[in-house]
Amino acid sequence: MYLKNAFSAAVAVSALAASGAMADTITIATVNNGDMIRMQGLTDDFTAQTGHEVEWVTLEENVLRQRVTTDISAKGGQFDIMTIGMYETPIWAKNGWLVSLDDLPAEYDADDILPAMRGGLSLDGTLYAAPFYGESSMIMYRTDLMEKAGIEMPDAPTWEVVADAARKMTDKENEIYGICLRGKAGWGENMAFLTATSNAFGARWFDENWKPQFDSEAWSNTLNFYIDLMNDAGPPGASNNGFNENLSLFQQGKCGMWIDATVAASFVTNPDDSTVADKVGFALAPDTGLGKRGNWLWAWALAIPAGTQKEGAAKEFIQWATSKAYIELVAAKEGWANVPPGARTSLYENPNYQAVPFAKMTLESILSADPVNPTVDPVPYVGVQFAAIPEFAGIATQVGQEFSAALAGQQTPAEALAKAQALTVDEMEAAGY
Amino acid sequence: MARAVTQKRKIINTTAAWAVGLLIFFPILWTILTSFKTEAVAIADPPVFLGFDWTLENYATVLERSDYARFLWNSIIIAGGSTVLGIIIAIPAAWSMAFVPSKRTKDILLWMLSTKMLPAVGVLYPIYLIFIRMGLLDTKIGLMIVLMLINLPIIVWMLYTYFKEIPGEILEAARMDGASLKEEVIHILTPMAIPGIASTLLLNVILAWNEAFWTLNLTAAKAAPLTAFIASYSSPEGLFYAKLSAASTMAIAPILILGWFSQKQLVSGLTFGAVK
Repeated sequence: MYLKNAFSAAVAVSALAASGAMADTITIATVNNGDMIRMQGLTDDFTAQTGHEVEWVTLEENVLRQRVTTDISAKGGQFDIMTIGMYETPIWAKNGWLVSLDDLPAEYDADDILPAMRGGLSLDGTLYAAPFYGESSMIMYRTDLMEKAGIEMPDAPTWEVVADAARKMTDKENEIYGICLRGKAGWGENMAFLTATSNAFGARWFDENWKPQFDSEAWSNTLNFYIDLMNDAGPPGASNNGFNENLSLFQQGKCGMWIDATVAASFVTNPDDSTVADKVGFALAPDTGLGKRGNWLWAWALAIPAGTQKEGAAKEFIQWATSKAYIELVAAKEGWANVPPGARTSLYENPNYQAVPFAKMTLESILSADPVNPTVDPVPYVGVQFAAIPEFAGIATQVGQEFSAALAGQQTPAEALAKAQALTVDEMEAAGY
Repeated sequence: MARAVTQKRKIINTTAAWAVGLLIFFPILWTILTSFKTEAVAIADPPVFLGFDWTLENYATVLERSDYARFLWNSIIIAGGSTVLGIIIAIPAAWSMAFVPSKRTKDILLWMLSTKMLPAVGVLYPIYLIFIRMGLLDTKIGLMIVLMLINLPIIVWMLYTYFKEIPGEILEAARMDGASLKEEVIHILTPMAIPGIASTLLLNVILAWNEAFWTLNLTAAKAAPLTAFIASYSSPEGLFYAKLSAASTMAIAPILILGWFSQKQLVSGLTFGAVK
């Protein structure tokens, strides 16, 4: 009798302990974009599988970045999972702020993560954030306008070909502009595009000794080429245009070409929103024959802040949200064109996904970006459209303001570069480089 | 002749007032109109003003995706609570400054106002660390305290201005009739200053309702008010202007309605003393 009671009590305690472990509620901070909102809508599937509840904090990208950075650096413990990018991951991992994800079970198949993504989200070979979706940049062009101008777009064009096509397609009287590019100031705005583009022109932010390089000929070539092209073939007021402004122009048929995030492909080919949905072609971001293309690499990834009390439940969520099974769940409910792209190799081997029009070029763009060796000449930093050091965001935003002012005609490219060089030297010296 | 000039001036003034009023209201009107458009119509160029197929789809999407009632409730508690708390603290402070001023009263008033000149982000870390230590992160009470402290200088200043208009002799008479300090403030001063207190209350509810730095930075899932609700619909990568407009309209609607019904008190309170 005593034994029986003891056994019952032990079972009850175990059940309670188990139910306690099952009953976690995790808080996830994330950005507002289509893929993330879809994930929120499918959370019930995760809860049904694991018993864990999820509370979402969805914020605009820049607000989110400030919010989670404050929390993790002050050890506020407000979030069990944070959505972060390739820029933050290596810096935060180095500070010891993130939980390693190297112990995920074999069935998760971490080796299936695209190598470029895995490289950008790791520090010293250890994975610290799991990519939910990844993106590169590529050319989206109007097939009808190219045909009208008598030009054929190669799959891997040079900047010379792109600039020539842009000028030929431009018809300012009818509000058709050959090329739409980012001009709005910000490290994640014009500087993402210009830093990636400068790689193709043989430029770099810093030499091996962290000496700023804006006084180099390669940077002068980059900025002059960009501003000349935008003056000839860009839309008016381009210095205010970011992703959304250019997306709007392209969807209304006012851009011959647009070089931006691969994620835009699903927007411009959506007939509900785009007037040119059936007239869009895709090509790799251009190069200049020096061996590097001007396409960036980015991932929105899920990471666990060190010190969370719910590490187990958080890891279970990351396994669920970035698994192969999740991709199939989205495909079953919303179609293959809506699955989160750019994270797993197996997705691109899937014949169903290969039928999606922009799948091939998205993968090729991601594969051709190399965050570890992003430039023609060697650099001491990791990152294609950024340098993964804490000082970069602040410096690049100031440099972006100078370049945006040059595009608006408020100063010459040479003046903008001189100011960029001076302020970068000052900031880097102050930071002790 | 003199009458004709007055009439003319009246027409000009009225027209100018309407023009300025419409100019100020236009962004809000545009937001409300956009909330009834599809995403494609929302970005149409040239913009469509009224001739579009009105849809409630954005509101349906927003209501399905977000727990609006929770955000609204948090906003009501935080804005209302911080204002009431502020008024309770500010009435005695303004009383002492208005009726028993010292040599330093003017300096103290200016010093209080100077705290508004500090950029909020400058004290983000200290406040965040204090909140962690006191367990106030993502709590409504924490936000009520912070917003009360932010708006306290304005509340004290406004109440001080209204109290200054009340003759000190009335309070003195009450004192001579044997009223205690507490009775004097609660039964004599407060009823006489009701219009001023009401407009201070309303203005500070609006300020607290719209506060978007601390309410975003000190909340997560539990205490987030409508400012966080709006921020969840803004996106630099994707054109979701119609949904963002629907969320914005839902966030500003309660305060717009409150402002509409109380505009008489607001205007009379804000212009109190201005024509003297």
